[in-house]
Amino acid sequence: MDSRSSDLADPPPADPPPADPPPVDSPRVDSPPASPAPSRASLPLADSVSDALKIVIVGGFGVGKTTMVRAVSEIRPLSTEETMTGAGVGIDDTRGLRGKNTTTVAFDFGRITLNEQMVLYLFGAPGQERFWFLWDRLFAGTLGAVVLVDTRRVTDSWYAIDRLEHHGMPFIVARNNFGEPEHTLPQLRDALSLSDDIPLVECDARQRSSSKSVLISLVDHLYALSTAQETSS
Amino acid sequence: MIRAAIDGENPDRLYTVTAGRSRAADNAFDLVTLVVSESEPTPGMQSEHAAILRMCRTPTALVEIASELRLPVSVVKILLCDLHDTGRVSARHPSSAAVTTPLPRPEILKQVLVGLKKL
Repeated sequence: MDSRSSDLADPPPADPPPADPPPVDSPRVDSPPASPAPSRASLPLADSVSDALKIVIVGGFGVGKTTMVRAVSEIRPLSTEETMTGAGVGIDDTRGLRGKNTTTVAFDFGRITLNEQMVLYLFGAPGQERFWFLWDRLFAGTLGAVVLVDTRRVTDSWYAIDRLEHHGMPFIVARNNFGEPEHTLPQLRDALSLSDDIPLVECDARQRSSSKSVLISLVDHLYALSTAQETSS
Repeated sequence: MIRAAIDGENPDRLYTVTAGRSRAADNAFDLVTLVVSESEPTPGMQSEHAAILRMCRTPTALVEIASELRLPVSVVKILLCDLHDTGRVSARHPSSAAVTTPLPRPEILKQVLVGLKKL
């Protein structure tokens, strides 16, 4: 096994970036980390961050998931993957996969630091069939999902919507507008057979403000669901 | 995409990295569990373990470790369990992992909203 470090996209940090600006007299426990020039591709999180949350953006190939992640992320989108080998099959109760040795699902992600304690991870995930076998393992505890729709390929979204409903995962639908949309949102709602209580919004995933408002729409929706649940119980 | 490295990965190498194990002992580690080093790498340590300890001098999510090491998430979970069992790293698990209700608490969501609006 040769040295893994040579495989890395960036050289391993020889030293962490200086955690503090030049010596300060008074101890400043909560001072933010000196931000300039992170030695890694990713900006390090502050030591105080203790809770990470997840939101998943699901959509077909080329619909703009990574574009949306990039628009709002404080780090450039990274990519990773999970494999499920034959040995895991059965243990994970995915009998449908029997006979297939390895299933691999790749996904992109970015992050947004929300405050001193909380960071939000955004995952761009393919909605293809094999992905859903890994949903419970990877995305349990996710706050909610955005289904990103390309109106030229509406059928891709049907499956994702169906699976999210199956997993009991709250979601909203966002149409990424490539040029002039040919259909109105009510027409799209109809085509997706989307019930009225699920928000359907438009966006331009390249725009930070637009992508941000999609996330806010999702969290607003989750908040409404969550408060309704609390008052009813 | 530069994913060919894993797509064409030789499974033998992954088994070597994990000393033949294909699953972590428990599922305590979430994709977004934040890992923090509690010690420095030592000479002779497995290179992946050493890389994780260097990377986690500041809190680093499991998924970021996997991305940087270019290893599948499940392999990184095994490596982290090794380090965690020997006290070399500590883990800050997501609060949502402990919640069994389908919806997050309104207080959490309110904080998320405030954070997003500041973007």
